Order: sequence, then C-alpha cells, then structure tokens
Amino acid sequence: MSALRDTQPEELPPGTAGEQPAVVLCPGGPMLLRGHHVIEDEDGTRHETVRPVSAVCRCGKSASKPWCDGTHKLLPRKLRP
Amino acid sequence: MTMLPKPRGELSAAFFEALRSWDDGPVTAVDVAPESAEDAAITLWASHELSYRGFDDVDDGAEWEPALLAVRRELERELESRLRQRWPGAPQGRDVVEHFFDWVAEQDGPSLARHVQTTATTEQVLDLLRMRSVYHLKEADPTAWVVPRLPMAAQAALMELQFDEYGNGDPARLHTGLFARGIAACGLRPEQGAYVDEAPLEVLEQNNTLSMFGLHRRLRGAALGHLAAFEATSSLPSRRMAQGLERLGMAPEMIAYYTEHVEADAVHEQLAVRTICGSLLAEEPEQAPEIWFGAFTCLDLEDRLAHRLLEVWEVAA
Ligand code: FES
Ligand SMILES: [Fe+2]
Ligand SMILES: [Fe+2]
Repeated sequence: MSALRDTQPEELPPGTAGEQPAVVLCPGGPMLLRGHHVIEDEDGTRHETVRPVSAVCRCGKSASKPWCDGTHKLLPRKLRP
Repeated sequence: MTMLPKPRGELSAAFFEALRSWDDGPVTAVDVAPESAEDAAITLWASHELSYRGFDDVDDGAEWEPALLAVRRELERELESRLRQRWPGAPQGRDVVEHFFDWVAEQDGPSLARHVQTTATTEQVLDLLRMRSVYHLKEADPTAWVVPRLPMAAQAALMELQFDEYGNGDPARLHTGLFARGIAACGLRPEQGAYVDEAPLEVLEQNNTLSMFGLHRRLRGAALGHLAAFEATSSLPSRRMAQGLERLGMAPEMIAYYTEHVEADAVHEQLAVRTICGSLLAEEPEQAPEIWFGAFTCLDLEDRLAHRLLEVWEVAA
C-alpha cells in the first residue's frame, strides 16, 4: 500500500492551526481585542483602536478608559474581573 | 557620529584600540584582565554595539573577528554566571502563565517612577532620562534577535507585540523614535549611546544582559522572561513617570512617550505572558525555569539601579 501523502494534517506545527480568537478575556484583567475596531463607551463617545491588539478595561477603574492601564492589578482580587 | 565610548580601564583601553585599528587582518588576542567591573561592562557594551549599529571609528567587519569575539564571550560568561548566582531559582509550584502577575506583584523593590511622580527634581529626572536613553533608544531591538529561534506559534505571538513597538509600520510611531523625540524636546541628545560615558555599572549591566539574552539562542527563554517582566512592570510606572513629568512642567513629547506606554504595555504584558511565553512553553516546557530566570534578572537589575540612583540622590529607598 502506498501512502498518498507524506504527512497527516495533525502533524502541522503545533499552535498554527485553527482560527485565532479576536476577543480574549484575561483572567482578572482586560479584554484583548485583535484587529481594528471602533468602541463606543457609556457616554456614546467613540474610540478607535490604534494597535494590532488593544486591551479594553473590564474592571471599570482605568484612568484611560475604555483602555486598560494596568489599574486592575491594584484591586483586591475579588474586585477584579 | 557615534564614536567608541571612553575606556574605563586597561581592558577597555586595549579592546577599543584593537577595534579602532582593525582592518580586515587577523588580530592578536586581547589578553588583558578587566581592571574593574565597569571596565568589563563598558567593554562588553561596546562589543555588543558592533552587532547593533556599530561605531563610526570602527570598521563594520570587526564585529565577527574571532579574537575580539573571544573577549565578548569571556565577559558574557562572567556576566551570566554572576546573574545566575543572584537568582534564587524558579518559584516552587508556580505556573508561568497562571501565576506570573502574582509573582511580579510580590517582588517589591524601590521605585524610581514613584520618586519621579512625587518628589524628584528636574535635574534628577534629566539624569534618569540620560541613563534610560541607553536602553530606550534600542527598546525592542535585542528581542527582535529572538524571533528566528522560536517555534512558529511563538514567533507569531512575539511579532504581534514587536509590530506595536516598531510603530505598526508608521516610522513616526516607533517607540524608540518617540523616546528620541521626547529627550530632544527636553534638550538632551537623541543619538544612540550619547550618554553611555555617564552610565553607571548598573545601567551598562541592564543593557549587556538584554543584548546577551537576545544574541544567544540558548537564552531564548530568559529573553522572553525578561520581556514579560519588563512589560508587566511598565504601565503603572509609566503613568507615574508621566505624572511626575507633568508636575515638573517637562516637555509634552517626553510625557507622550510615557502615556503611550501606559496603554501599550497594558496590552503587551498580557501578550508577553499569555501568548508569547505561553506558546513557547506549549512546545518547549523545559524553558519554564529559564523564563523565571530572565524575569527575576529583569527586576533584579532594575532594583540595583534604583538603589544606586536613590542613594546618589540621597533619597531613602
Ligand atoms: S482591566 Fe485593566 S485597568 Fe481595568
Ligand atoms: Fe515600547
Ligand atoms: Fe511594550
């Protein structure tokens, strides 16, 4: 019996198959957003992403909202997202 | 014009002389012992510099001269063994991706950013910016060397972060460029290595360590651990830096560099820990201790610099 292929699909380099998530929820921290997006905040103000991945604040305490500024790390664990 | 720095002892004097006179011929070994830690550090710094942008008074070919590389290798060996001796070892029972931020939060050293935020004088801030310039004018460069040494998924992850450091394709937004614009607006010189002659040992060692981690494939885990620790200790301190600079009425361009890092590094720290270190570990789990070693070393070198500067400025740490 001769094989038609030299490799099986599962032999592809690990971590390189499947769709990359556009949204990633970081435990205790921000929501990562991949790609270009426009975010409308609570006041109706629009914010455009400027980098390949952006971090949106989920703890509500950032001084740069809607973006995360690391403030979540100063909150007691139970107040983190 | 970027010229070789000033020698700080017999080894650097001999090494710089050998660099300056290099002209495509074999060189006799530079067989001189370093006179001091600073002598060794400035020699290694200049040797690494040949692999970045070189010097106007040194031929580009000198970078790969075996007799000169032998000096680099010896100094790196000594530096690495000293760094490893300071390292208490990987924290027990801790997973890099899951526990990295907790581990960082437990390490508490003196904070230069806090001093800048509340009490530093303009003189002290300018001092600090001169010292930071040795590193910030390179920023992502040493980490760029790591890319071809990584498995595929980790390459994609690292490039996602690096793309942002390099301005997302816009030359006006490179982080090194933002820093250069910032210090120029403060009246300081924006060229690479402009202030290296004033840099104390601790600054030289920070830079030498990063270059060594970047240049050795064997140290790829340490390079990524260093990156993760650096990014994870950047957004909040960058906010403090920006507030301190505002308090002192310093140039808006310099403030902009730090406010950019508040937001950028809030993203980068997540990427560095989760996707970059995470994807390296998925394929090379044996790299975990090296990641911790690099992370510890990053924080330890910064602690040493902070102690030194606060002492010079006569501030209680
Ligand atoms: S989630 Fe990071 S500051 Fe709110
Ligand atoms: Fe940066
Ligand atoms: Fe960064």
